[in-house]
Amino acid sequence: MSLLFSVILVSFLLVVAVAVVRTTNLFAAIMLFAIFSLLAASYFFTLDAADVALTEAAVGAGIATVLFLSALALTDDEEKPDPDRRPLLTFLVLALMAAPLLYLGFWQPDFGGATTPVQQHVTPWYLETTPEAIDIPNLVTAVLASFRGYDTLGEVFVIFTAGIGVYSVLGMPKRGGAHSASSAAAWLYGIGHHAVPRVVAKILIPFIVLFGLYVQFHGDFGPGGGFQAGAIVASGIILYALIEGGNAARAVLPVQALLRMAVIGCLTYAGVGVATLLMGGDFLDYSVLSADPVAGQHLGILLIELGVGLTVTGILLLIFHAFAQRETH
Amino acid sequence: MIAAHHLPVLQVVLPLVAAPLAVLCPGTRAPWVAAVLVSLAAFAIAVTLAFKVATTGAIAYELGGWPVPYGIGLHIDNFSSLMLLLITGASLAALLHGKPVIDKEVQSRPVSLFYGAWLLAVAGLAGMVVTGDAFNVFVFMEISSLATYVLIAAGPTRTAFSAVFKYIIMGSIGAMFYLIGVGLVYMMTGTLNMADMAARLHGVDDVVPVLAAAGFITVGLLLKAAIFPLHAWMPNAYAAAPSTVAVFLAACSTKVALYVLIRFDLGIFQPSLEGHDIQFSAFLMPFALVAMITGSLIAIFEKDLKRLLAFSSVAQLGYIVLGASLLTAAGMSAGILHLFNHALMKAALFLAVGSLVYRYGSAKLADLAGAGRAMPWTMAAFTVAALSLVGVPLTAGFISKWYLVLAAMEEGTFGWFLIAVILASSLLAVIYVWRVIEVAYFRPAPEGAPAVKEAPWYLLAPTWALAGLNIYFGLAANAPNGLAARAAADLLGGGA
Repeated sequence: MSLLFSVILVSFLLVVAVAVVRTTNLFAAIMLFAIFSLLAASYFFTLDAADVALTEAAVGAGIATVLFLSALALTDDEEKPDPDRRPLLTFLVLALMAAPLLYLGFWQPDFGGATTPVQQHVTPWYLETTPEAIDIPNLVTAVLASFRGYDTLGEVFVIFTAGIGVYSVLGMPKRGGAHSASSAAAWLYGIGHHAVPRVVAKILIPFIVLFGLYVQFHGDFGPGGGFQAGAIVASGIILYALIEGGNAARAVLPVQALLRMAVIGCLTYAGVGVATLLMGGDFLDYSVLSADPVAGQHLGILLIELGVGLTVTGILLLIFHAFAQRETH
Repeated sequence: MIAAHHLPVLQVVLPLVAAPLAVLCPGTRAPWVAAVLVSLAAFAIAVTLAFKVATTGAIAYELGGWPVPYGIGLHIDNFSSLMLLLITGASLAALLHGKPVIDKEVQSRPVSLFYGAWLLAVAGLAGMVVTGDAFNVFVFMEISSLATYVLIAAGPTRTAFSAVFKYIIMGSIGAMFYLIGVGLVYMMTGTLNMADMAARLHGVDDVVPVLAAAGFITVGLLLKAAIFPLHAWMPNAYAAAPSTVAVFLAACSTKVALYVLIRFDLGIFQPSLEGHDIQFSAFLMPFALVAMITGSLIAIFEKDLKRLLAFSSVAQLGYIVLGASLLTAAGMSAGILHLFNHALMKAALFLAVGSLVYRYGSAKLADLAGAGRAMPWTMAAFTVAALSLVGVPLTAGFISKWYLVLAAMEEGTFGWFLIAVILASSLLAVIYVWRVIEVAYFRPAPEGAPAVKEAPWYLLAPTWALAGLNIYFGLAANAPNGLAARAAADLLGGGA
């Protein structure tokens, strides 16, 4: 049954991918991209990768679509064909790239099999160690937040870097400044004039934020964690901005507050690491945070996930505002 | 000492934590002071680590208290400590020189964002160097790449945007190739720890995915390292970047990708794949040789000083790759020594260029006529570093080229061909360096051009410090040479 679903989903993925490439309408391409992400999320779910599925849905289908639309608002809907385009050459290069990847598929050890190297080496250790050392049901969170917590620290700073990069290149709106009729905001916020989306959105926003908090704090037990929660909370606030306008959203969370939020998030994560150093452990060894090592692990994971959530929310909203305030040319 | 035990991770975490704090600093002076102090502390850590590695051997550190390969491990040996010295030293020198240049050229508002990105770039590069985990390399590669894009995009003209856009596309392809390669190795070994990969690859029977992984990782990192013919993004990026950023990038950024490539290939693939060392050598050596000639030839015809120096880097990276592709202790050691010396030369040259641009507002050769008389100290420092670039005796550049020639001689008859290419490339370097000297010293400033003053002392001091190092390490080459020789011995002795 799962195989049947997989075949159907992957076929859809292919069809949508081709459609994204073929369409010259950029708005349609963005919508197809969102569908692609949703299909990918469903496919990950059939592979039992619920955490990845949730991330793909929140980031790929949700936030990325909004950011694409914000960028589209600054330009034109229709793709202008490039006169120097050489499709044959592009095709050859891509075929050259795809051929070895397809060929490598034949050499892949039995997909999902229990005897593959991936299942034989570190995974059994994670399965064995997690219940006694960390004692949380979600193994993915244990690996991401504790066993490989240093990678996740790096990922948070990747997001932070992206945020200050956009801020540095595009600049930020002045406090309380009204957006002109030609800004991206005027196009984006047009939805606020329609009664139905307004009413529906107002009902939805509290539940979106609540769901974000659930995903944030439930990451130890089920799929979720700071990355997904941050994306969900940010999309709730972006929906508010779309309905009420950017100024209203920035009155709730001003740009400076968003930047501070992102900074505090980064420092919370890294600060937990520094605290573990000062308390006599190695960097990010949460066991030393409490007299009981398992309780220490719980506390550490809770705090770093909070840091992740703060940074992701702050940075995604910063990026959104940076795009939305741009004047179209 | 507790702090001493944690130095490997502090090398990365210190600039990482300081970055968001620097972003919040108000004004233009406070974030600069913060960045300088952090660079100074990071340099001190790098020096301490280098001494520690030299006396007690490679250092290992396990993050989160989890044993490798289940957790992430750091691994610092002679090669990594040399890279750390370069990264932190280049950051410090560029920043000490950079305050007035940054105030004039950098477009980020508030400018604290620029310093935040700077520290993130330092942390990212240091993170790639100290780690012993293949996926962790990717995470810190992303930090350093994104931060570098931000730094270049802050350049004074709008051409910075188109240059950085090309770099983003190329850099993302490079990172993706690396990730595909790491994914393939993970598929076959079930581990991400580099030393563990090397050990487990011995037991893998299907070599096709492993060979493919070696291919993807090599091409991806060559792209990141701007090795000919994958260098197209680099000259534009250097030319469009703020001068201070060009100093930092030219000194260390592409070299870190080269470092990862050398460690990956010699530490993981060559010990476990039959005949892979020959493949590595036969693939890279032709590119290195062509780069040495082509890069220098293009540099001769460049009209912009920053682009000229960038194409010279394409050629000089060729020397380093040539040394590595010889696969002998002498060749590898000469390559690593040239990597170190090239960082010294290019840092000094770009610092001088930064001072010139600060006064002239342009790096076009045509605009710099008469600079030798208007800015005698700056141009003298440029000349010293340029002599080192050519490889004149008594400079650092001579030492590493000399060792490269010695290493080539070990190759017998074929070695003479290599030596001929090295000499030809050096002669071409004389020509492009001479073009700059000729314009600066022998061409009068155009009529009616505003009078240009010498750069202030706080720009001259770091420039001369770096130029002085080119002479110092040309006379007393023992320290870097010993470090390079030990690094080469580590690499060829097997183990990641």
